[in-house]
Amino acid sequence: MNLLRIVEREQMKKDVPEFRPGDSVRVHVKVVEGARERLQPFEGVVIARRGTGANETFTVRRVTSGIGVERTFPLHSPNVAQIEVLKLGRVRRAKLYYVRERKGKRARIRERIRVK
Amino acid sequence: MREGIMGRKVGMTRIFDETGTAIPVTVIEAGPCVVVQKRTQERDGYSAVQLGFGKQNARKVSKPRRGHFAGAEVEPHKHLREFRLADTDSYQVGEAVTTDVFDVGEYVDVTGISKGKGFAGSIKRWNFHRGPMTHGSKYHRGPGSLQGRDASRVFPGRKLPGRMGGERVTVQGLEVIRTDPEKNLLLVKGGVPGNRGSLLIIKKTVKAKTGS
Repeated sequence: MNLLRIVEREQMKKDVPEFRPGDSVRVHVKVVEGARERLQPFEGVVIARRGTGANETFTVRRVTSGIGVERTFPLHSPNVAQIEVLKLGRVRRAKLYYVRERKGKRARIRERIRVK
Repeated sequence: MREGIMGRKVGMTRIFDETGTAIPVTVIEAGPCVVVQKRTQERDGYSAVQLGFGKQNARKVSKPRRGHFAGAEVEPHKHLREFRLADTDSYQVGEAVTTDVFDVGEYVDVTGISKGKGFAGSIKRWNFHRGPMTHGSKYHRGPGSLQGRDASRVFPGRKLPGRMGGERVTVQGLEVIRTDPEKNLLLVKGGVPGNRGSLLIIKKTVKAKTGS
């Protein structure tokens, strides 16, 4: 397994901020439009993190005009330019798939106080 | 008549290319192999190089093999395989063969022993269809009819449940994504047969393949 880690380490970012499911984040995604490249922000709640090493991905959910949108990003993809942690959430499970069935007030996530 | 090398499957991961596309890769610890013997047309009737892979304590190698390695003046290795080559002049006995026999972007065939699946039914083993699971059906995963009424016997070679996997499998036309002769690493696109840590034989592909 050790050799696999050596290969993966070159792929991995070193500046990934600490965030957990329940936290609100803004992800800056690189989008190529013709010859131009720009950053598109995607803001929402992290509902899952899965995988290890270079294979790690996270899912961000946001609700826009009543329609839920979920995007899964490879954490170490060069297309994910930056991850901003906006709010910390206090949740009791690792995968927050239950928020899909919830709307409005019931979909709220309690805030977590930052502990160092 | 293709150049090749032996290796050990390390595992799979993903590599991001310049555009950020994730490429699934298998990491192979390939080589260093050492040339133990050269087969020649005159002496053996065919021309090939015999490579050794995986250094091993001499005590763990059988005595006849120990003598074979000593004769070539190389350290004992765990695995010995021959690679048939039309021209072996570029190889010298005792010389190391590393992953630099392959170039990035080249296509290779990878041979290994597939993962054992145990006693498998005809659906898993031969991709048979399954019967209805509900609606009163009592026929779920069986093999179906074995032959027509007139034959009154089962023809040899009938696809039936049985042992699956654990056999020699070759995957053809995998792209070489990266080579690292220093760390003895070879990264190919896609999966290869076998468990992690199992022996693999990597050769240049038999089928000419133009870029993907």
